[in-house]
Amino acid sequence: MERQAAYLRNALFDQGYLDEQFLQLEDLQDETNPHFVEEVVKLFYTDSVRLIQSIELTLKNTPRDFEKLDKIMHQFKGSSTSIGAKKVKKECTQFQEYCNVGNVEGCIREFQEVKQEHAALKRKLEHYFQLAREAR
Amino acid sequence: MGMAVTDDQFHVLAVDDSVIDRKLIERLLKTSSFQVTTVDSGSKALEFLGWHGNEINMFSEASISPNNYQEVEVNLVITDYCMPGMTGYDLLKKIKESAFLRDIPVVIMSSENVPSRITRCLEEGAEEFFLKPMKLSDVNKLRPHMMRTKLKNDIIENGKPENEEKQENEKIITTGEADSEVQQFQTAQSLQQQTSQNNNNNNDNNKRKSMEEGLSPDRTRPRYSDLTVMSN
Repeated sequence: MERQAAYLRNALFDQGYLDEQFLQLEDLQDETNPHFVEEVVKLFYTDSVRLIQSIELTLKNTPRDFEKLDKIMHQFKGSSTSIGAKKVKKECTQFQEYCNVGNVEGCIREFQEVKQEHAALKRKLEHYFQLAREAR
Repeated sequence: MGMAVTDDQFHVLAVDDSVIDRKLIERLLKTSSFQVTTVDSGSKALEFLGWHGNEINMFSEASISPNNYQEVEVNLVITDYCMPGMTGYDLLKKIKESAFLRDIPVVIMSSENVPSRITRCLEEGAEEFFLKPMKLSDVNKLRPHMMRTKLKNDIIENGKPENEEKQENEKIITTGEADSEVQQFQTAQSLQQQTSQNNNNNNDNNKRKSMEEGLSPDRTRPRYSDLTVMSN
């Protein structure tokens, strides 16, 4: 079980889902804070729900408020960066680029990518944490 | 809130509107054995700091360090730059404009590497500027700033000659690894000294200047030209 958890963890790095920032989180986890990484990730997913909803709403309003979209995405990207969510962060950057040039289609398309990566990482991390818990 | 702060316990006030980043910075600071208070806005930060300030206004004289009278001392403020309402820069300004708060070292964090932003913050009196996300190695750079201010306050109270003590302590203060970001900040600090040199009659800033000139001059001078290029 422990080997499975380690395998999954390494795969997440190898496949580019996570970057070095996730290692920083792991470094901050110890006996006094044994669930720190999972707590931060959980917090990220709870917090990002409202940001996603906010973007969705703002994307529906016309004319599109690109400044607002960029602001919200900036927050979302910041949080993604803080947990080491590499692919999510990449899609966020792409979304902001579409915002900067006022490309509505691009924004809408890219936002789907953001949500997909966001959800994919959540599934994988949840699986990983479960394995890690069972290994203890 | 009425606890006494022991000499080896520094208290950091962390300001960030992101709940994730607050959790992170809190953990980073606690891991480094700092006491931490986190708030989610600049106005709450001022409230936390000013709450003590108001009491002091009523009772103390300007020449006495307010730290003696604070129930909970804040030894450093670390703030995010981009926040709704009051930005980290606005907060920095308010702290540095306050007679009672300006001695508290302020450090800025930002997810964006904007040289003009960095320079602006350093010129306004920020000790350092960090790129987010913060790492443990970044947090290790905070202690010297807190120690320097604490020492300065002790000296003011005891009336010892300042420059002598200062130079000695500057040797202990490390400027961190030779990574380019740190050097940018140091170079920006030299820029700050240059520009503030003629305008400044504030004793504190002069001290800081003379301290920094003692710090690895070789490292800062050659890089000065790099910074000029960047800020264009």
